Amino acid sequence: MKNFQLVAGFFTALFCAVVFHLEAQNAKGKYGTFALTNATIETITNGTVSNGTVLISNGKILAVGANIAIPQGAEVIDCKGLTVYPGMIDSGTNLGLSEIGSDPRTQDFNEVGDLVPQMKALTAVNPNAVAIPVTRISGITTALSSPRGDMFPGTAALINLHGYTPEQMFAGFEGVVLNFPNTGRRGFFDRRTDEELKKATETALKKLNEVWERAVQYHKVDSATQGKNAGYYPEMQALLPVVRGQRALLVEVNTSKDILAALKWIKEKKIAKPVLTGVAEGWRVADQIAKSKIPVIAGSVLEIPTRDYDRYDQAYANPGLLKKAGIKVAIRSEETNNQNFRNLPYHAGFAVAYGMDRREALRAITIVPAEIFGVADKLGSIEVGKSATLFVCDGDPFETKTQIKQVFIDGWQIPMSSRQTQLYDEFLKRDPGVSKK
Amino acid sequence: MKKIFSIGLALLLVNWCLGQDKGNLLIKNGTVLTVTKGTLTETDVLVKDGKIAQIGKNIAAPQGVRVIDATGLFVMPGIIDAHSHIAIDGINEATSPVTAEVFEGDVVNPLQIGIYHALGGGVTAVHAMHGSANAIGGQCETLKLRYGTFDGDAMKMEGAPRTIKFALGENPTRVHGGGSGIVPRTRMGVEFVIRQSFSNAKKYMEDWDAYNKNKLVKGFRGAPPAYNLRLETLAEILKGNIIIHCHSYRADEIFMLLNVCKDFGIKRVVFQHVNEGFKVAPELAAYGAMASVFSDWWAYKFEVYYSTAYNAAILTRNGVVTSINSDDAEMMRHLYHEAGKTQKYGNLSDDEALALITINPAKQLGIDARTGSLEAGKDADIAIFKNHPLSIYGVPQFTVVDGIVRFDRAADPADMRLMVDPKQNLDDVTFHDKNVDHCMEGTEFLFSDLFQADKK
Repeated sequence: MKNFQLVAGFFTALFCAVVFHLEAQNAKGKYGTFALTNATIETITNGTVSNGTVLISNGKILAVGANIAIPQGAEVIDCKGLTVYPGMIDSGTNLGLSEIGSDPRTQDFNEVGDLVPQMKALTAVNPNAVAIPVTRISGITTALSSPRGDMFPGTAALINLHGYTPEQMFAGFEGVVLNFPNTGRRGFFDRRTDEELKKATETALKKLNEVWERAVQYHKVDSATQGKNAGYYPEMQALLPVVRGQRALLVEVNTSKDILAALKWIKEKKIAKPVLTGVAEGWRVADQIAKSKIPVIAGSVLEIPTRDYDRYDQAYANPGLLKKAGIKVAIRSEETNNQNFRNLPYHAGFAVAYGMDRREALRAITIVPAEIFGVADKLGSIEVGKSATLFVCDGDPFETKTQIKQVFIDGWQIPMSSRQTQLYDEFLKRDPGVSKK
Repeated sequence: MKKIFSIGLALLLVNWCLGQDKGNLLIKNGTVLTVTKGTLTETDVLVKDGKIAQIGKNIAAPQGVRVIDATGLFVMPGIIDAHSHIAIDGINEATSPVTAEVFEGDVVNPLQIGIYHALGGGVTAVHAMHGSANAIGGQCETLKLRYGTFDGDAMKMEGAPRTIKFALGENPTRVHGGGSGIVPRTRMGVEFVIRQSFSNAKKYMEDWDAYNKNKLVKGFRGAPPAYNLRLETLAEILKGNIIIHCHSYRADEIFMLLNVCKDFGIKRVVFQHVNEGFKVAPELAAYGAMASVFSDWWAYKFEVYYSTAYNAAILTRNGVVTSINSDDAEMMRHLYHEAGKTQKYGNLSDDEALALITINPAKQLGIDARTGSLEAGKDADIAIFKNHPLSIYGVPQFTVVDGIVRFDRAADPADMRLMVDPKQNLDDVTFHDKNVDHCMEGTEFLFSDLFQADKK
């Protein structure tokens, strides 16, 4: 009897030790072979499969469909009543580059200088930023992390939201950011006169043309000397792949006047891979954008109209109107100051509530950005051979009632916790309560 | 002369009527989300003279009364934003850590287009607040969104209790300690400023009480104490006639103000933003203090770094009367969506989620006897949605204030400005910068690095 007590005590102690040990550390991702069975599968590119299986192995999607044989040793996850979607892609973030909005010491997206395209976002992405788990457990698996600031603030990078080094997170796309000379006011605090504004824009455009002229010259010298005698001009070297049409130029532009000026500039300079971003007033000049065949990353959607005489819901309607005009449209959240990229599906949802086709809105946060970034062979849909980067949820992901149940990134099963869920677990029923016993 | 006078009188009368309009209306056959008395399907709401006269089935339309067919639509109480800065022309009197004497009610601007934008989001009443630059800021005003009036006073919700803004933490310490080198520079200083102010107000009150008592004594020849509007206002807080709405984030500072309130016998206190309210939810509940929070804003400064989107749910489950506010002209337009997020973050029921933007903010502003739910006898402040308001596909169709339709999605023209500046540059575009803390509007001069309106 005494022995039994001892043994029981030992196992209790062991059990507690194991449990507390597990509690003491953050959960890790899990790699392996997984079978998501009995699921509705929104493939995005090949319609909807009901009661199907998604097989994940070696980081990739091995099989999709009904009647899939489950290999031995696969971890089976019953998804009855649940739906599998490809991971959402937010094309408007500074994830990993900012921790606290008001503290410059935690902000790594705005380097000094107006010509610094050589500043690479991927260098400064902090894989352990608190916002990364907060974002990914909402089904946003992939994000474009962008430098911002003056004219050429740096080179943006597409990252998957799992990994311990920037290299592990890199999702295969980098693009140079250009803030196109802007005639809009930045907010109520921007008290420049019309004249000052006009002058600032003209100066900026002149500067942009000078920079581009230099970049073209640099390209010529570099080509003529087989890259040996062009000299060390890091900012020019960063622009070189754009001049040569090997790298995308992400052109941030918002007012209708500026959009037209940007379209003209892109045509004149023969930019090979342009992408327009922001495009708040795109609806005003949608036909011209459509004619240019340049893809658009629109957002933030949750905005007030840019002009006080515009219809109240104009910003919500913008993505739908762009799509209707025949433009290739991705939707971004751009919720940088609050690090609320988890709201991406709600930006898409508002576009739907105010006129966009629901399927198109879903594509605008999955396959369309994947295509724009040239990574559609890996991301953006549930297809055999693509990266197993997806999520499982219990309803329409645009609805706030919907819970995300599982997230996989590059085949890694992601722990469904973040600091925000941990605080919930600790404080829902705080102990001690009001009196400390 | 007489003619001018009568024209003036007529104008005044028209203006007064626009503001004070009370409408009659019958909303037919909707799904009525009363919030306090459950959900009623295929139900009518009859409005008479700006009040809800009857809620029931098959109510006959009185002659000449406008009927809105709400078949397939959702009828809910008008949304109330307990933290807003719209419809006012000044936000921060950032010249002293204590400015209880200033009053937002003096600078109401009924012409702002933002008022109409808010109606487009189903909002019918807002708490137009002073900013958060001062430990004790100015008095706020509860407004009804009677867009169409040119009279600021007509926007004020008659009979709403007085409220005042307090602020703890980074903002007052940054403005006064950091910007001007005076107390408070720390959270210790903030507590001191508030305690000192209440102590002075208490003394002021006692001096007046003594004077008022003594002056009745025959032969008394003393002078009255000097009148001081700041102390007068603070004394009204001590007497329980003004509700404190306190900008706050961290658990320790929230707990601090609870202790100050306890020591000075102040019962009515609502914490605003209160991102770490969830950490002291049992204390807030025990005191009867309320909380008005963001759905999910965080990380924009250090004092909101340890936030959680589950805040509203934790507070609600711990028994704290909680609302969700906007503090932002854009977010204000989809508070119904912000409330919906508590279903993702904490599984609140539909009624619990809707209460966060209706009856609970009404309680926090002391106007719950008149607004915040659909009940006979209450003001006819109503929002009518296509699709459920907690659904992402919910779109407000009509917004009704005092029985008057102030927003009609199908019928309203695009341009709804009340006043057009003939010199306005039509190409002028102003972006709404979410990276700016509107609670700090009016203090830009202190932080040129934060507000980079360059002139190069």
